[in-house]
Amino acid sequence: MENITKRFGKVVANDHINLELREGEILSLLGENGSGKTTLMNMLSGIYFPDEGQIYVHGRPVTIASPKDAFDNGIGIIHQHFKLVDVFTATENIVLGLEGEGKFDLKAAGAKIAEICARYGFDIKPDQKIYDMSVSQKQTVEIVKVLYRGADVLILDEPTAVLTPQETDKLFDIMRAMKKDGKSLIIITHKLHEVLDVSDRVVVLRKGEYIGDVATKDADQQSLTDMMVGRSVSLNIDRPLPKDPKPRLEVKNLTVYDELGVKRLDDVSFTANSGEILGIAGVAGSGQKELLESISGLYPIRSGSIVFHDPDSGQDRELVGMDPLDIRKAGVGMAFVPEDRLGMGLVGSMGMTGNMMLRSWRQGKGPFINRKKPEQLANDIWQELEVVTPSTAFPVRRMSGGNVQKVLVGREIAQEPAVLMTAYAVRGLDINTSYTIYNLLTREKMKGIAVVYVGEDLDVLLELCDRLVVLCGGQVSGVVDARTITKEEVGLLMTQHRKEGA
Amino acid sequence: MTQEQLLTLINSAIAFGTVIMLGAVGEILIEKAGNLNLGIPGVMYLGGIGGMIAAFYYELGGGSSPVTGMLLSFLCSIVFAALGGLIYAFLTITLRANQNVTGLTLTIFGGGVANFFGASLNTLAGGVGQISVPVTSSAYRAYTSLGYLGTIGRVLFAHGFMAYLAIVLAVVMRYFLNRTRAGLNLRAVGENPGTADAAGISVTKYKYLAIISGSAIAGLGGLFYTMDYIKGTWANDGTIEGLGWLAVALVIFATWKPVSAIWGSYLFGFVYWAYLYIPGLSRRTLELFKMLPYVITLIVLIIVSLRKKRENQPPASLGLSYFREER
Amino acid sequence: MSTVERSGHEPFIRMSKRGEMLPAGKAWGIRVLGFFLSLVVSGVVIIAISGLNPAAVFATMATGAFGSAKTSWVTIRDAMTLLCIAVGLAPAFKMRFWNIGAEGQILVGGIATAACMIYLKALPAPLLMLVMILASMIAGGLWGFFPGLFKARWNTNETLFTLMMNYIAIQLTSFFVATWENPYGSNSVGIINMQKKQGWLPNLFSQGYNGDYGWNVVIVLLVTLVMYLYMNHSKHGYEIAVIGDSENTARYAGIRVNRAYVRTIVLSGAICGLAGFVAVSGASHTISTSTAGGRGFTAIIVAWLAQFNSVVMIIFSFLLVVLQKGAQAIASAYNLSQEVSQIMTGIILFFLLGSEFFVNYTIHFRGKKVAS
Repeated sequence: MENITKRFGKVVANDHINLELREGEILSLLGENGSGKTTLMNMLSGIYFPDEGQIYVHGRPVTIASPKDAFDNGIGIIHQHFKLVDVFTATENIVLGLEGEGKFDLKAAGAKIAEICARYGFDIKPDQKIYDMSVSQKQTVEIVKVLYRGADVLILDEPTAVLTPQETDKLFDIMRAMKKDGKSLIIITHKLHEVLDVSDRVVVLRKGEYIGDVATKDADQQSLTDMMVGRSVSLNIDRPLPKDPKPRLEVKNLTVYDELGVKRLDDVSFTANSGEILGIAGVAGSGQKELLESISGLYPIRSGSIVFHDPDSGQDRELVGMDPLDIRKAGVGMAFVPEDRLGMGLVGSMGMTGNMMLRSWRQGKGPFINRKKPEQLANDIWQELEVVTPSTAFPVRRMSGGNVQKVLVGREIAQEPAVLMTAYAVRGLDINTSYTIYNLLTREKMKGIAVVYVGEDLDVLLELCDRLVVLCGGQVSGVVDARTITKEEVGLLMTQHRKEGA
Repeated sequence: MTQEQLLTLINSAIAFGTVIMLGAVGEILIEKAGNLNLGIPGVMYLGGIGGMIAAFYYELGGGSSPVTGMLLSFLCSIVFAALGGLIYAFLTITLRANQNVTGLTLTIFGGGVANFFGASLNTLAGGVGQISVPVTSSAYRAYTSLGYLGTIGRVLFAHGFMAYLAIVLAVVMRYFLNRTRAGLNLRAVGENPGTADAAGISVTKYKYLAIISGSAIAGLGGLFYTMDYIKGTWANDGTIEGLGWLAVALVIFATWKPVSAIWGSYLFGFVYWAYLYIPGLSRRTLELFKMLPYVITLIVLIIVSLRKKRENQPPASLGLSYFREER
Repeated sequence: MSTVERSGHEPFIRMSKRGEMLPAGKAWGIRVLGFFLSLVVSGVVIIAISGLNPAAVFATMATGAFGSAKTSWVTIRDAMTLLCIAVGLAPAFKMRFWNIGAEGQILVGGIATAACMIYLKALPAPLLMLVMILASMIAGGLWGFFPGLFKARWNTNETLFTLMMNYIAIQLTSFFVATWENPYGSNSVGIINMQKKQGWLPNLFSQGYNGDYGWNVVIVLLVTLVMYLYMNHSKHGYEIAVIGDSENTARYAGIRVNRAYVRTIVLSGAICGLAGFVAVSGASHTISTSTAGGRGFTAIIVAWLAQFNSVVMIIFSFLLVVLQKGAQAIASAYNLSQEVSQIMTGIILFFLLGSEFFVNYTIHFRGKKVAS
């Protein structure tokens, strides 16, 4: 790839990038969220088209204007979000889009797939429906799909984000096996230990720019971090001791099922104290989302109890059976920064003011709505958190991710809650905005608020939080002191079912 | 009810069922590609008038071969309906207009075009009396001598060829959707266009082709009604539109399965005409009885939404535009 | 969407979403341009069909819509009825409830109105009027309630539900037409209360045109204004806007989505029912299966084009009615079928729908640099 540039509106996602991939190597593409890794790879796979620049395959200039062009050039991508049709079988998904000669024979295709699975040790059945599969199985289908097409360049976009460490190890073995077969692989990631573990060479991107490449054997965590963030960051997040912790929210034996009847939370119990940050750790999809939504009254609860200790009145309140409106009417100060910012926390088509009203619209008597206070609040947040937006009426959907999050967190904190819950509060944000968020959360903690922080980055969890609840498969596998436990120990808990072997 | 009455009822049911079936099979193809086309009534109108125009001018010019008239009108019907589909496809796919609004507009437009020509063909052609194409119609209404073989023969064989064509199309559609490479690709487009696109399938091409051919098939429903059922005349009484909406409803009734649409359409046709044979209906209560097909569809609609079986759900991206660079 | 040519290094033509919203003026410029293009195309179609001189055609159209005081009033009256329906549909559509059942809601509103006119004509005039208004709204609201309830509770497809409700309403109308038939055997209800005009909307101006026109305008404009306030400044309006954007966000914000859903659809149906009242008591003074006459569908397009802004709907209602009247005038002047107006409506709507694309997207041609 030579001089590749891609813009979205005024944002330059990739700025004159040169990238070279050799035959039979595993190349890591390293960078923080939003550094342009995925955008760059999407241009290789025909999802986006570069505004400037040229792509060469085996020295030949090529135009990759569609995913089909990419396949024709032997390039296959395994997306972070799986591109699978739920109601199809594995075989149907794998042969999808192939132009075959002669008869359309799903049986023969199934046999060939079974053979590929046997060669690399994949555990999928060709006629299994996707909606019956686990995340790791779906990823396997994606890999088989690319292999079935005979690709010799495989791009894996953050493949480990949804996997347990064991599954990750297995994936890396598969990657090495493919390398031995002479294939070239690109793995996109921002996890340094994975880079060091699996790849031969590392290319680092930062804010859409190409920073450099190094052979993995010459690199270590420190040097890669330096390249990634540009300067040596003190990873030390300011963490004062908890202020007068008292139980604020008590979750007991909470069990929930989703609409398909699958158990999502299994007998979960823990206590969130005032004046401390309680971290929730776990592999993605271990029940974090369900847990927070259950507490805020958005998820149907099968059994268990959630008790809120009101700091003002000293009374206890059972929250199970309440919807969000009941919770508000009961005077429970609950703030919630959900994972899906525009799909749950904010109204994308409205401006900041309209979004401030999301928490205050019910106030005031009469049928009409008061715009003055929310407008004032919007202006305050705009200035205090340095939100980049042309006006308080500008639709938040058109803001960048960091600014969207500032609006959301700003609003939730402004409620002066007793409990503040955040889900993946810094996902997709740059370092500076992330630190702004950490500081805001710590400030809230020092105000005596019970903060619940669901995160994915273990380093952050260990440095920001006071205690950690580790979830695994909907169960609590441990409640630990974040100051004393090691990363390895947490990692182990994340994969350890409580009832295993019992 | 006498045996004779029952036979008449069954044959009316098959006739209307055929119109609805053709509309529904066309719409299933379109919906499987992810587009909800509320323009089906308009497309059926276009198909009907297209055939009528061709036959009318053929016979006006002195044409007297039923087969030629039939071929010409058949071709012209397909072209008209496909053009209607093309307008809808261009607006909803290339220009990403809202599918529901565009479909409704197509229904208004198709009805306008059809009823305009249906009422003015004779004036436009210089004041020739009735609009009627007996010669062409006779080709559509010819059936085998087996039709005179007693009761069973009259139920099974006393229909114009399009009644059988409709069944064949429904069966072929099932085979196409479930057993062919293109059918698999098409379903993927309707379920998850992003996935189909990433797999190298041209979402645009599949959607265009599905909408245009689905519209052509649905248009044949209008043709059958015009040429066979009302014997090569034109009636501006909104029946085609009513049957068109029933076709849209039938797609749901059949849970997007072409073969279920076969018996479903006959059931709809049966219920549509049953009021004629219920004794003791006054003119007032008769009108209430005519609600039945719609009430039944409503009930089916409700039942389908209550039972959340994975296989019976509409295509996942039904009604949504697809644009690759969306982010 | 970007593959036209493969030989070069860049596709010939590509489209992408505009990074920023167009200023309102420019967006409307595109729409107006689309509208004029559609007029040109309809003109060409009319000429191709009829061989007429286009200037004469458009002159006839203008006469058809505003040729005399009487025709102007009819145009205004019909625009008001259409506006009333569109205003009724707006809240439902804004929360992404595809109410294509306005046709049926108008009819049941009309039936309720006619029933009051027939059975309650002894009531004092103002009270009768009030009862009629209420009855029509309750009937329309009921017609909205069922699809709304099923959508809210079981996510039943509302497009098809409301569509079926239309046909049920049509059969119900036929039933009542047969019941109230006058004279016997005519298969129509005839003008209700021809002599004493009980239940007719009274004359607003002392020298009016048979009393039909003044109050329509007042009632519908009032409804329009109230709806504008409701949608933009009330708590309910805010709930509707949030639900329309994201149901999850609405639940998160403590909005009881199902309740808001049913309430809004009932309101939408009630106003469409009121349109039935306006059509029966204020215009035709009779009821038939053509009382709605496809306006329930046309109004969807009015509401959509106006982006659910009830004030902007005034413009689009007039536009469509003027076009229809004009096209009908052409049809009768040149001995063509009245359906020509539907063809024109279709063409114009196709163009207006298409022009929305150019408001929201830009097109890049190969070789041209796009200023960003």
